[in-house]
Amino acid sequence: MRTLSTQQISDCVYRLARRAGVTLTPACRAALGRAASQEEGAARFALDTLLQNEQTARSEQMPVCQDTGMAVVLIELGQEVYLTGTPLADAVNDGVRRAYADGCFRKSICDPLTRVNTGDNTPAHLHVEPTAGARVQVTFLPKGFGSENMSRLFMLTPAEGRAGIVNAVVEAVRAAGSRPCPPVYVGVGIGGCFDSCALLAKKALTRDVGTRHPREDVASIETEALEKINALGIGAQGFGGKVTALGVACEIAPTHIAGLPVAVNIQCHCIRCEKETL
Amino acid sequence: MKKLTLPLSDRETRALRAGDGVLLSGTLYTARDCAHRRLFELLDAGAPLPLPLNEAYIYYAGPCPAPAGKACGSCGPTTAARMNAFAPRLLDLGLRGMIGKGEMSEETRAALVRNGRVYFAAIGGAGAAYGSAVRRMELVAFPDLLSEAIYKMEVEDFPAVVAIDAAGNSVYEA
Repeated sequence: MRTLSTQQISDCVYRLARRAGVTLTPACRAALGRAASQEEGAARFALDTLLQNEQTARSEQMPVCQDTGMAVVLIELGQEVYLTGTPLADAVNDGVRRAYADGCFRKSICDPLTRVNTGDNTPAHLHVEPTAGARVQVTFLPKGFGSENMSRLFMLTPAEGRAGIVNAVVEAVRAAGSRPCPPVYVGVGIGGCFDSCALLAKKALTRDVGTRHPREDVASIETEALEKINALGIGAQGFGGKVTALGVACEIAPTHIAGLPVAVNIQCHCIRCEKETL
Repeated sequence: MKKLTLPLSDRETRALRAGDGVLLSGTLYTARDCAHRRLFELLDAGAPLPLPLNEAYIYYAGPCPAPAGKACGSCGPTTAARMNAFAPRLLDLGLRGMIGKGEMSEETRAALVRNGRVYFAAIGGAGAAYGSAVRRMELVAFPDLLSEAIYKMEVEDFPAVVAIDAAGNSVYEA
């Protein structure tokens, strides 16, 4: 049995949040560069501004985007780890609270009815997954809501099958138009149930943009959906162009014989995701 | 890239075409969902507004806190479509224009045309670049809304694209 203080997890969340707020993933930076070289006019202007913005953010340690997001924290917790100290959720929230204060990040979390801001960007959306062994992996994904608002859940029928999945993904991006800050990264959950399907879609967004699912039939859905999305012509910021999405990432899980849930979680072009293993 | 100083004259406004890239300098007022709701409550109560609509450009944005030595933190645009519920009435009351990101509704477009005003798109996600374009910033109203409060900001060379021009042409339909 390995003993780990939740203070260490709190400090890890703090480090990851600070870094994520001011940095795009290297895969995202590369994808934006490739997109810029394919575009002209207003879309090119938008992508060039974004590339320059990314440099300003890194050199000045300013948030890349002012929407420093809802703090999504995914923890893979080895079952041979014995946690000590304050409760895990409190420790994670403490890391978020400190990072958003020290980093001059925006506090964007409020009561859904009164709209009163919690003032410190907590609570985080924490998901803990038990795993084998003694390893703890922490993933921090600051999720902006311009894109989150455009996300969709489709409860398809088994008969709709693969074509139905591709259509659902393309339709979600088409309907979102310019609003989610394209070029987007599209996380797709296939299978599971109502809620686990949405979580699969979110987890897909923690994969580096441009990577392929190891299962060939899943990867082919990613490829086909991406081609169809880029044929929509929405382009960067909706200004028209060849690159509406930087990538499509699907995650899959067994589902019920009566259903085919498909969740589409849209991420803007500002892909920020940091991971650390403790 | 056309350099413009706000507020624009009617002639300058009408010369702008959807798709033009511009660099804006001058005064902007931030306001997003909650601040708009408060402005409407004031209007409905017949109370004065905390900003001079007929020389104001509203920037749909909620900045990050300013780090030491800077006027403003990261401050890119938010989705303008959420403000479709408010923009037409404010335009009819004299608002000079808006800056946000993404398409706006037919109602908003009609109000822009009716009043000879322009909607600019800032580049969503370029928060650090926009925050750095802010020279001075002061709180104007609703401090309890934190980042959603109304701030008056002086900007210099703020990059934007003419999204809907005064004739109603839209960059999103090009």
